[in-house]
Amino acid sequence: MSISGGNVSGAGELNALTRTWRDTDPTSDLDIRLTDTCLRDGSHHKRHQFTSDEVRAIVGALDDAGVPVIEVTHGDGLGGSSFNYGFSKTPEQELIKIAAETAKNAKIAFLMLPGLGTKDDILMAQDNGGSICRIATHCTEADVSEQHFKLARERGLETVGFLMMSHTQPPEVLAKQARIMVDAGCQCVYVVDSAGALILEGVSDRVAAVVAEIGHEATVGFHGHENLDLGAGNTVMAVRAGATQIDGSVRRFGAGAGNTPLDCFVGIADKLGWKTGVDFLKIIDASEDVIRPAMPEECRLDRMTMMMGYAGVYSSFLKHAGNAADRYGVSGARILAEAGKRKLIGGQEDQLIDIALMLKREAELGA
Amino acid sequence: MSRKLSAAIVGPGNIGTDLMYKLLRSDVIEPRWMIGVDPASPGLARAESEGLIATAEGVDWLLKQDELPDFIFEATSAYVHRAYAPRYAEAGIKAVDLTPAAVGPACIPAVNGNEHAGAENVNMITCGGQATIPMVAAVSRATPVSYAEIVASVASLSAGPGTRQNIDEFTQTTSAGVVNIGGAAQGKAIIILNPAEPPMIMRDTIFCAVGAEVDREAITASVHAMVAAVQDYVPGYRLLQEPQFDDPSDATRGATKVSIFIEVEGAGDFLPPYSGNLDIMTAAATRAGEGMARKVLGA
Repeated sequence: MSISGGNVSGAGELNALTRTWRDTDPTSDLDIRLTDTCLRDGSHHKRHQFTSDEVRAIVGALDDAGVPVIEVTHGDGLGGSSFNYGFSKTPEQELIKIAAETAKNAKIAFLMLPGLGTKDDILMAQDNGGSICRIATHCTEADVSEQHFKLARERGLETVGFLMMSHTQPPEVLAKQARIMVDAGCQCVYVVDSAGALILEGVSDRVAAVVAEIGHEATVGFHGHENLDLGAGNTVMAVRAGATQIDGSVRRFGAGAGNTPLDCFVGIADKLGWKTGVDFLKIIDASEDVIRPAMPEECRLDRMTMMMGYAGVYSSFLKHAGNAADRYGVSGARILAEAGKRKLIGGQEDQLIDIALMLKREAELGA
Repeated sequence: MSRKLSAAIVGPGNIGTDLMYKLLRSDVIEPRWMIGVDPASPGLARAESEGLIATAEGVDWLLKQDELPDFIFEATSAYVHRAYAPRYAEAGIKAVDLTPAAVGPACIPAVNGNEHAGAENVNMITCGGQATIPMVAAVSRATPVSYAEIVASVASLSAGPGTRQNIDEFTQTTSAGVVNIGGAAQGKAIIILNPAEPPMIMRDTIFCAVGAEVDREAITASVHAMVAAVQDYVPGYRLLQEPQFDDPSDATRGATKVSIFIEVEGAGDFLPPYSGNLDIMTAAATRAGEGMARKVLGA
């Protein structure tokens, strides 16, 4: 249902899209295809404690509201359940299976990071009903994903590539890395602002460069975080630059200060006349009635999360930095600032403990 | 000691070249041949300038010579080593395999080096395995380890195409070593390639799940002893922090969690010091080969 009356007055021409999801999938009438990641990036905020009932309820509500793709995995991807990233309460493969059984229309996506997950994990996720394989690498290391894309395509999975921590590299580097993924079999490359550190044109310049490189062979996506409060605005910039697949989490339920608020972005898209296929009234009801009760607390902009955007720190470090700060009696924000200084990338959660011990030693020496 | 056994290094790339410099210092092994397939390889030229016989004619050339080496150090690929290992064995040449082929038993010199000194072929597992399995073994010697998990972070520049194209094999081979040699009941391995500039020195974190009522001092002492044993052949192997103990909780699934933080700085023989991941492979291969040589020499 649309209650916005379509385009914002005067914005019609500005918001006319040159690239749409329809161009990629002729059976679809969508301008942009949305993926909700409450049940993957939200896993960080939830400390990987999702229950089967929560997954059933959330997938049911998102599917009913028309969300076309729902991602379900441990926050760090397949195989993420560990000391380093946190053990899952319920095995992720079981959650993927429940999600696939619950969804009537939505496709179920899963994430994997080469170096952590393996091809065996991908095959198991497919057996459990996952149909979109999303493979994430640091944005300079795309070549570690080649064997996984090849396998995924051979098995008939739809493929998505994630270039994580995209703020650390200029547009032309991202374009080259996107090329590596597409040549390996990736059908959509996402510019991923893992640290929520990109600002407006920082997003559109990167998306435009990737579109220029691979746009005639694959689609381009954007995955935003809220650490500098720009998730939705950055996402509008991405769509205008040619991104046709967009990630978000209803109610921001995600890592760091949370992901691009998918519910809010549906409203923005309605007002700009971009067809997402998601019912705004249903998704804001789902946000309040189904998503919020599953969240341990709201995802907030605070000292820690703003520091992540400011220092360019991988969003899922938040809870781990908090744990190390509590354990060793040091400042969590300083742990994150040092993580930025050391140029840590996604996956190096172990180093936060080393940083906390260093800060503790400094404090003892200074005392 | 006067007599040395002879060795051929197969694969004149970065690893083979670094290995050559380490073997040139050995008192029981003399590197005599460097074998490649590309005449333009700078590694062959470098080997020649160090007095080795360098050829781009491949292993087939070597195996036709009247005089054969006592040892072959394989620094090519798993594919090549699997193909040639039977021919080395037939010719009576012992092999130290730096590829993930795993034809022979896996060897971590500080943990099980002596067990395989008489083997015809030993495998060096992975760089992450060489750096972390000794720590798992150290904890296992003090108390049963129900689960061990290792995280290896290396500089992007020090991870070659072999590692990148076969990253699943890295995690699977390393986690198998964590169990089979480290002594953990279950194992998991994670590798991170970090492109930071200047390049980061290799770092490794080892997490072990042990019982609720363990002797923490005994674990710490065992870790320190093992660090010293590895330092004997990898001088840049360092414990960054004292082992950390987290009390059992839901987050540790009821176990005491032991966390060990390691840094591996390379000796800089040929490869830059940040690539401790490569240095520990060539240093461990040298040590393993020397153990096998001493057995032959009866030294």
